[in-house]
Amino acid sequence: MNLSTTYLGFSLPHPVMPGASPLSDDLGAVKRLEDAGAAAIVMHSLFEEQITREQLGHLLSVEMHEDAFAEALSYFPRPEDYALGPDRYLEHIRKLKAAVGVPVIASLNGTSASGWLDYARLIEEAGADALELNTYYLSTNSWETGEQVERRTLDMLRAVKQNVKIPVAVKISPYFSSLAHFAKLLDEAGADGIVMFNRFYQPDIDVEELEVTSRLQLSHSPTLLLRLRWLAIVCGKVRASLACSGGVHTPVDALKAIMAGAHGVQTVSALLANGPDHLKSIVEGLSQWLEEHEYESLRQAQGSMSHERCPNPGAFERANYQKILQSWRRQQ
Amino acid sequence: MPQRRKVTLDGNEATASVAHRTNEVIAIYPITPSSNMGEWADEWSAQNRKNIWGVVPQVTEMQSEAGAAAAVHGALQAGSLTTTFTAAQGLLLMIPSMYKIAGELTSYCMHVSARTVATHALSIFGDHSDVMACRQTGFALLASNNVQEAHDFALIGQAATLKARVPMLHFFDGFRISHEVDKVEELTDDDLRAMLPEELIRGHRERAMTPDRPILRGTAQNPDAFFQAREACNRYYDACPALVQQTMDEFARLTGRHYHLFDYVGAPDADRVIIIMGSGGDTVQEYIEWATARGEKIGALKVRLYRPFDAAAFIGALPATASRIAVLDRTKEPGALGEPLYLDVITALQEARAAGTARIPADATVVGGRYGLSSKEFTPAMIKAVFANLAAARPRNHFTVGIVDDVTHLSLPVDASFDIEPEFVRRAVFFGLGSDGTVGANKNSIKIIAEETDNYGQGYFVYDSKKAGAVTISHLRFGPKPIRSHYLISRANFVACHQYVFVEKYDMLDYLVPGGTFLLNSPFGPDEVWDQLPLEVQEKILAKRVNFYVIDAYTVAADTGMGVRINTIMQTCFFAISGVMPRDEAIDQIKKTIEKTYGKKGPEVVRKNFEAVDHTLAHLYAVSYPDQVTAARRIPPMVSDRAPDFVKRVTSVMMSGKGDLLPVSAFPVDGTWPTATTQWEKRNIALEIPVWDEAICIQCNKCAMVCPHAAIRPKVFDPSHLAGAPPSFKATDYRASEYKGWKYSLQVAPEDCTGCTLCVMVCPVKDKSNPKHKAIDMALQMPLRESERDNYEFFLALPEVDRTTVKTDVKGTQFLQPLFEYSGACAGCGETPYVKLLTQLFGDRALIGNATGCSSIYGGNLPTTPYAVDANGRGPAWNNSLFEDTAEFAFGMRLSIDKHADLAEHLLKGLAGQIGESLVGEILGADQRDEAGVQVQRRRVEALRGKLRGLATVEARMLDSIADYLVRKSVWAVGGDGWAYDIGYGGLDHVLAQGRDVNLLVLDTEVYSNTGGQASKATPMGAAAKFAMAGKATPKKDLGMIAMTYGNVYVARVAFGAKDNQTVRAFMEADSYPGTSMIIAYSHCIAHGYDLAYGCEQQKLAVDTGYWPLYRWDPRRIPLGESPLKMDSAPGKIELERYVRNETRFRMVEQLYPANFRRLMERAKIEVGNRFIAYEHLAKMMMPKRITASEETSEN
Repeated sequence: MNLSTTYLGFSLPHPVMPGASPLSDDLGAVKRLEDAGAAAIVMHSLFEEQITREQLGHLLSVEMHEDAFAEALSYFPRPEDYALGPDRYLEHIRKLKAAVGVPVIASLNGTSASGWLDYARLIEEAGADALELNTYYLSTNSWETGEQVERRTLDMLRAVKQNVKIPVAVKISPYFSSLAHFAKLLDEAGADGIVMFNRFYQPDIDVEELEVTSRLQLSHSPTLLLRLRWLAIVCGKVRASLACSGGVHTPVDALKAIMAGAHGVQTVSALLANGPDHLKSIVEGLSQWLEEHEYESLRQAQGSMSHERCPNPGAFERANYQKILQSWRRQQ
Repeated sequence: MPQRRKVTLDGNEATASVAHRTNEVIAIYPITPSSNMGEWADEWSAQNRKNIWGVVPQVTEMQSEAGAAAAVHGALQAGSLTTTFTAAQGLLLMIPSMYKIAGELTSYCMHVSARTVATHALSIFGDHSDVMACRQTGFALLASNNVQEAHDFALIGQAATLKARVPMLHFFDGFRISHEVDKVEELTDDDLRAMLPEELIRGHRERAMTPDRPILRGTAQNPDAFFQAREACNRYYDACPALVQQTMDEFARLTGRHYHLFDYVGAPDADRVIIIMGSGGDTVQEYIEWATARGEKIGALKVRLYRPFDAAAFIGALPATASRIAVLDRTKEPGALGEPLYLDVITALQEARAAGTARIPADATVVGGRYGLSSKEFTPAMIKAVFANLAAARPRNHFTVGIVDDVTHLSLPVDASFDIEPEFVRRAVFFGLGSDGTVGANKNSIKIIAEETDNYGQGYFVYDSKKAGAVTISHLRFGPKPIRSHYLISRANFVACHQYVFVEKYDMLDYLVPGGTFLLNSPFGPDEVWDQLPLEVQEKILAKRVNFYVIDAYTVAADTGMGVRINTIMQTCFFAISGVMPRDEAIDQIKKTIEKTYGKKGPEVVRKNFEAVDHTLAHLYAVSYPDQVTAARRIPPMVSDRAPDFVKRVTSVMMSGKGDLLPVSAFPVDGTWPTATTQWEKRNIALEIPVWDEAICIQCNKCAMVCPHAAIRPKVFDPSHLAGAPPSFKATDYRASEYKGWKYSLQVAPEDCTGCTLCVMVCPVKDKSNPKHKAIDMALQMPLRESERDNYEFFLALPEVDRTTVKTDVKGTQFLQPLFEYSGACAGCGETPYVKLLTQLFGDRALIGNATGCSSIYGGNLPTTPYAVDANGRGPAWNNSLFEDTAEFAFGMRLSIDKHADLAEHLLKGLAGQIGESLVGEILGADQRDEAGVQVQRRRVEALRGKLRGLATVEARMLDSIADYLVRKSVWAVGGDGWAYDIGYGGLDHVLAQGRDVNLLVLDTEVYSNTGGQASKATPMGAAAKFAMAGKATPKKDLGMIAMTYGNVYVARVAFGAKDNQTVRAFMEADSYPGTSMIIAYSHCIAHGYDLAYGCEQQKLAVDTGYWPLYRWDPRRIPLGESPLKMDSAPGKIELERYVRNETRFRMVEQLYPANFRRLMERAKIEVGNRFIAYEHLAKMMMPKRITASEETSEN
């Protein structure tokens, strides 16, 4: 079965790749992912906070104590090549590029169009084939409008695009009032890809300790449904390639994403739960399903169930709401 | 040959640079001020920097200097080029091995940053008392006088020892040279190779022990052989000086710098000559150049090779005209006819006279004098005084210079205003805080000026001994010629005050020349600042017509995202107004340095710093001031009027930075100091202090328990005491049943708090409708200072609780008066809460022997000390002996106390008839296991005293003098992990084995904290520390388990941040246990690399991950048929990563060596799990119940 796809301008043998996750930290795991057939490697994110706050945190917790006491002018060894976060990250890109043959997509995660975006250029110089710009932003200001929130991401995108030649995908959250329009704005601002969606850490309340706790839970297949809707709606409306991120655990999950319009399918939780080799079974299952259902190629299925092309587009709209309510009642 | 670079570095780095490149094995042990040499070597080896033969030197940290010296001896015997770095007590520990190394004629050059040997007090500063203690070992002693010479002599020593086979001790003055930053010419690898030809190395190797050519050394010799064999080495010592000179000559051909065994400077026909060794020689030379230019006929002889003493070379170097000679020694030998260099000079001259070779006038007068002990200043004014003494009709002998001796009147009068520094040397003095980055910025400035211009630069930095809110004073000189002024700047062209609060604390304008520039970091702008200054400061500004500038650096820092780091801003101001370099050029260089320094740490830090530089100039203002004083306000006195006389006369002078002015008579003769003096030093270093909300507080006292500085305290008291309380004083009803109807108050010491926030972090109470608000919140100190000062004063005057009524849990113990308060420990220190608890529980009957380290520095570093006294005048008696001997030291105290008690009991029995059988019986049979028992016994002893006063016998007087020993004493050995796990372990183990009632408190920071983060055997696997940069590869030594194997030792492992009640229980049990007890106490530390506000949370994680199991091993349980071991924490229930990821010491390894880190963490997890399993086995182990008759009746 021909599973080939084009994502961010790369011709890939199939659309399945590990999404941004700690899996990419470990060279051994990355090799195993490549062996399992990963079409590309998306690296874990380099966070704006890592670049700014960690450096400043280091300043406060380590450097503040230096040159203050006659017997101890410092408290830590000063290795020549000790650098915080970013340099390690760049070094890791170089190592990954040397270790694997598939495209390496680096990831930058932040919220403001400021100095830290210089790292996009350094990431390109370090050899990354593409960049995923993850705009993890939740406005808590009552004065910030939806348009301003959108502009933040667009400004970041433009700043990065000015600096690099490699393709840039934008990984967005689902919390935009008019996502289809916003996708179009991203497209116009030069996004080479749109990744739907990042998953925010969800705050929870500890009622005993009166504290807000925060944790990221691994996704499940139901996580996929939100992605399917918006992939389907955006599919065909933008030039940029689309990727699905979140909720892909099985070959059929991947297939659904592709049918909704994805050119690339990222999976993380399933790999964390089942190991890198799980990627292989998704790809093989996908191939098997398409063969069993006598598809010519994966491209034949790509976008087939998008909002534009599916037989019942209303299902992606309000009608879907009624239908889901009904299905819930039936289950009762 | 590549061109030699000009580099800016300090004496330690200059020495290590040569030593690392010319050795194969380096065995060290950290000790101030030499630690940095070993650290440099370790860092370079970790970076795979090779020596000149292409291999990376092996750098190994040992358990003590004795261990390092032995490892060196072994490495040398096996033929490696080997070195070490040490100082002071460390050097003394090496002496036995040094005799061996010299006796075996071993080529070896070691490097010593000479430091004061502790006598009546410890001092980390420089003099020659350590080196002088080695002059009998057979080592050659080679003195370098400045940073360039330290660099050069490191090579000359290494080359000469290979030729001479006499081992060399190369030394330079601790701190003054080891830590002075200078511009020097760096020797290239080719220089080093040229000086160390292959045949010399081969000779050394051929003398090595090898089974391929077996030999035997280390024989034991009998009277028939030893003497002759000892004399057999003579020819080597005879030849040594000439070989050293030959090496110096070769070095001169290579570099142009020509040294001699004795270097004479000054008039060839000088009549007065000073003979001196060390950095003082440079200062003497500076003075002589000044004075001879003015026609004086004086000179100085700088001694380079002190041992073997080449008398002929010495005589040859002295001008024949020298009729008055002063020999200056930087050491003191009480009881000697004179100090060592003086005695050697006298002997050399006398022998030369006898041989007819003396050259100098027959009636020449030679006097000796002491100078510069413990880095005491040695200035041109003092040198002038020495020459003036020589010019006197009868020069004073055995004088001192640099102090005022009003007791034995040995000191020479010195004109303090005398100054010879030329105008072309620009001098700048900066007052800053350790945490504001002033020193770092100044080191950068020197680099910029010295490396980017033709100027020479010199930097020397003075630190106070506080770890929180430490004050730094930087002394910087720049000029077109090499700088020989190894003394502090007293007349500066530029003075900067980086902290506004210093205006009222330090006489900074005293340093400024008339017309000089004064830069003040001030929250008040150019139009307001004048009126804010106290009268004394205004007067000085007017008198000196000061160019006065202000900048609000903290606002600029905040606006540019720099937080409280004002270093770059103040540095920019310095360059902008001092005129040492063209402003724009300087700013370019600052930016280059910022990129170099912070480039690795990311563009954001660089950007913020650039922004700070750019914003600075717009906020820097010249202040125009009126031509007369306008202030009425004077600087408040340094200490309160209520302070004791000694504190007013002596301590306060030291507090104001003018201790140098105190005469000999001001000081105790034997190192005995009053305790409880920190209370007079109101440091006001906290920006924010805790504020109590009495309405929601549950009165748990946890805040007081964790406070490292005893700066937040609770009291319970009868409501009647509230009469006359200041209006803002807070008190509320006490909530528990034990003091029914009483009031409770929680009070902060506003001027002693360091603002660490541990108390707020540990507070368990949150306002239900606004959980952000706790029962204590932090608030700005400034607006609260006055009112809280009054409140605290009122609070202190409230009566202390009756000690016999408090429960011995966390809450109860915090009602007990802390007898350890306001120490200089770091803000958020993890050690001091334990020390404070110890004093609350047993302070009024405690003797403490304290190992050298953090706890001895915050415990006993002048000017003020934190151990305090209660209302009865009782409190801990404290002493610091050495680093390595503390367990034994405390053990000796126990032996002595027990002997006193034995004698007292013996006398008591003998006097029973006169005193009364019932009182005697009660005293002898007293149960003093708890506080009530102790109190009752105290009353009995009082009654006994009353009776003894009526008896006029010798026995009665003797009993009276020791009757207090009938009250139980608590003996503690306190120290860190460096002491307990490493250097003091042998003694600690011996004390554990003795079974006497000594309590050992191990404040375990898992690293050598005081000397700057070197690995100890307590360092956990996977943590980075100096000498374990890639993460310590072996697990933490399980000291507790080792102690348990004795069976009869009480052992507890505690972490107050995780389970405070268990900590309290362990302290109570350790004290009550009649044998040896050891408490291993988790102590979070700045050397772990995180914000210590989270110290308690990290302690919880340490326990919850199973990394730090809590337990108490109490041998008293054994005869009861129970397991002696009781686990107080559960096996790890969360992943070890949660704990380690929060600390730089682990993260650094993870980032630098990720694969190694993963491997170490996997092993660490297994180790943690395995250890817990072993403990659990022990906790289930039960011995048959066997209570012996003696145990049943035992007192305890």
